[in-house]
Amino acid sequence: LAGFGHLMQDVLWCFGQVKGTIDIGVTEADIISTVEFNHTGELLATGDKGGRVVIFQREQESKNQPHRRGEYNVYSTFQSHEPEFDYLKSLEIEEKINKIRWLPQQNAAYFLLSTNDKTVKLWKVSERDKRPEGYNLKDEDGRLRDPSMITMLRVPVLRPMDLMVEATPRRVFANAHTYHINSISVNSDYETYMSADDLRINLWNFEITNQSFNIVDIKPANMEELTEVITAAEFHPHHCNTFVYSSSKGTIRLCDMRTSALCDRHAKFFEEPEDPSNRSFFSEIISSISDVKFSHSGRYIMTRDYLTVKVWDLNMENRPIETYQVHDYLRSKLCSLYENDCIFDKFECVWNGSDSVIMTGSYNNFFRMFDRNTKRDVTLEASRENSKPRAILKPRKVCVGGKRRKDEISVDSLDFSKKILHTAWHPSENIIAVAATNNLYIFQDKVN
Amino acid sequence: MFVRGLKRKCFDGEEDIEGTLAGIKAIPSYNLQRQSLLDMSLVKLQLCHMLVEPNLCRSVLIANTVRQIQEEMTQDGTWQMINPQSTGQASLDRLVSTDILCRSSREQAEGKHVPGYSTFNKDFEGDQAQDSSETMSTASSVQAPRNLQGHVWEMENPQENKGNFQKSLDQIFETLENKSPNSVEDLFSEVDNSYYDLDTMLTGMMSNTKMGHCDGLETFSSTTTTASNSNCKSDLNELDHIVEILVES
Repeated sequence: LAGFGHLMQDVLWCFGQVKGTIDIGVTEADIISTVEFNHTGELLATGDKGGRVVIFQREQESKNQPHRRGEYNVYSTFQSHEPEFDYLKSLEIEEKINKIRWLPQQNAAYFLLSTNDKTVKLWKVSERDKRPEGYNLKDEDGRLRDPSMITMLRVPVLRPMDLMVEATPRRVFANAHTYHINSISVNSDYETYMSADDLRINLWNFEITNQSFNIVDIKPANMEELTEVITAAEFHPHHCNTFVYSSSKGTIRLCDMRTSALCDRHAKFFEEPEDPSNRSFFSEIISSISDVKFSHSGRYIMTRDYLTVKVWDLNMENRPIETYQVHDYLRSKLCSLYENDCIFDKFECVWNGSDSVIMTGSYNNFFRMFDRNTKRDVTLEASRENSKPRAILKPRKVCVGGKRRKDEISVDSLDFSKKILHTAWHPSENIIAVAATNNLYIFQDKVN
Repeated sequence: MFVRGLKRKCFDGEEDIEGTLAGIKAIPSYNLQRQSLLDMSLVKLQLCHMLVEPNLCRSVLIANTVRQIQEEMTQDGTWQMINPQSTGQASLDRLVSTDILCRSSREQAEGKHVPGYSTFNKDFEGDQAQDSSETMSTASSVQAPRNLQGHVWEMENPQENKGNFQKSLDQIFETLENKSPNSVEDLFSEVDNSYYDLDTMLTGMMSNTKMGHCDGLETFSSTTTTASNSNCKSDLNELDHIVEILVES
């Protein structure tokens, strides 16, 4: 598997493509809310606030143009979720796609799960390149023929047609979540998956839509006592009985479904002791975990809280083995970030294919990569200015005090409306997808 | 030297610490900063009632912050109590449950008393009464909220939809006002009124994505632990009890 490989300097990230409009005013519905490669990296799916899913497919690499490594082009677009109105609560249910997760490919069709706050849907995306012709009762335009005019019968034949990609909803898993769904995760058995909301986690079988098993429930009997919510959950990549979920108090629980039907008691509990010298009224908020991801190997989990990314060894519960500062210069600005609600932004984090590099987003359209082996890190920017084909991305730097050098940007100049919350890394190559508001950037390492 | 009031402008405290006496700007005191944070948090919780169901994680985190501040203010005795001359009405002034602030319209529709969650920290239950002569709440004040409770919930129209959350809050406060003219004022006494101009707040919060004017509050990095014993621990017990009654489902 490719990774950073050797030294950080060996890998130069270049601009590949950008999808989306350049308009100054961004339509809210176009804001990308999730990005995910499929298991081979051939497909890249995005979901947006308008409830749409756009799937890009990598074109075959051409021998004639070796420099144009497979580009991603639109493969399918469909409306996954529609806005709904909950009449009982007099509240709207947003159509925003919170998460997309691919199923491993088992036949010619592709399957993915997409979810909004309340409903999970299984979509089948398949190609059609043949069309039946020669019906007896219909003519070529589809109009019904007068049966009395038919004098002979023929057998319809399949003829080639222009490739058409169609997406059909195969299952709708609804009415199982009182609270907002924040995560879905496909189990390694490929027969079940879980959906997690603020207080509960449900286990589904793909074939059964009218019931699910509740496997975690942290809702207190008396809601007045609620002080902690579930923020993310994921199945172990290999052990179908194991999953983890993170909380707003900065803790991670690993559960084993074999121990009991309701996994209220965790098998492992990961929490880092608080640093008393850093304590403030914002300590709890910034410790809230916004994303949790197993490494591909299944040996580690990575968590993202407001200021850091942490790597935990499953065998060590009392503290993470690695902590990376994403944007520590924000530590002195927490009150402003609380006032403008930025402190509640939920950043995601991802592993590269070999688990040697981790990536997460920041503000000002910056995103950060950390090499776990060399301990080097880099800050890059997703912007239209760096959008020339194969242009090498220049590392960015935030100036934290004192004199600002020419290329640096000061903390107060950062644009907090430009946040990179969602990123994805190709499963085996150095290709990354970065969602910047309504634009999707694809970067890859320089082809030597 | 004088200290300017904090209002909604903050000063950059960090430079000033090093500044000379002549060039020194006013640094908001820790108490003022903390108060401002509390006020900001309470407003955030009120604003959580929008078209779409509020983000529960955000609400819980804000409520926990409010609880933390209240705890600390209680411990160092700065938690303000109502005027003992008032007609023994519940000191609902500050310890308004986030339940009241943040009830979803579902509960309203069903006429249920199930709260979202309360800011209350049950830890207070453990604290025993202090010097009784210093307590301000009396048995009568405990009685009154019991009456209040039924009245408050009755007043709420279960048919109201979420957009009228502010009205519900007003209804609650109307009730308070009928019983004691001072309570409502106490509720808002130290809060900048412009917070309650929803448009201002929303504009300020939604559009302002650059650094806010909060620099002075940034020096808020650690909570000071004043060792003073609280004269109000027993008051808090009473208050806790009162609000428990108010919000009990």
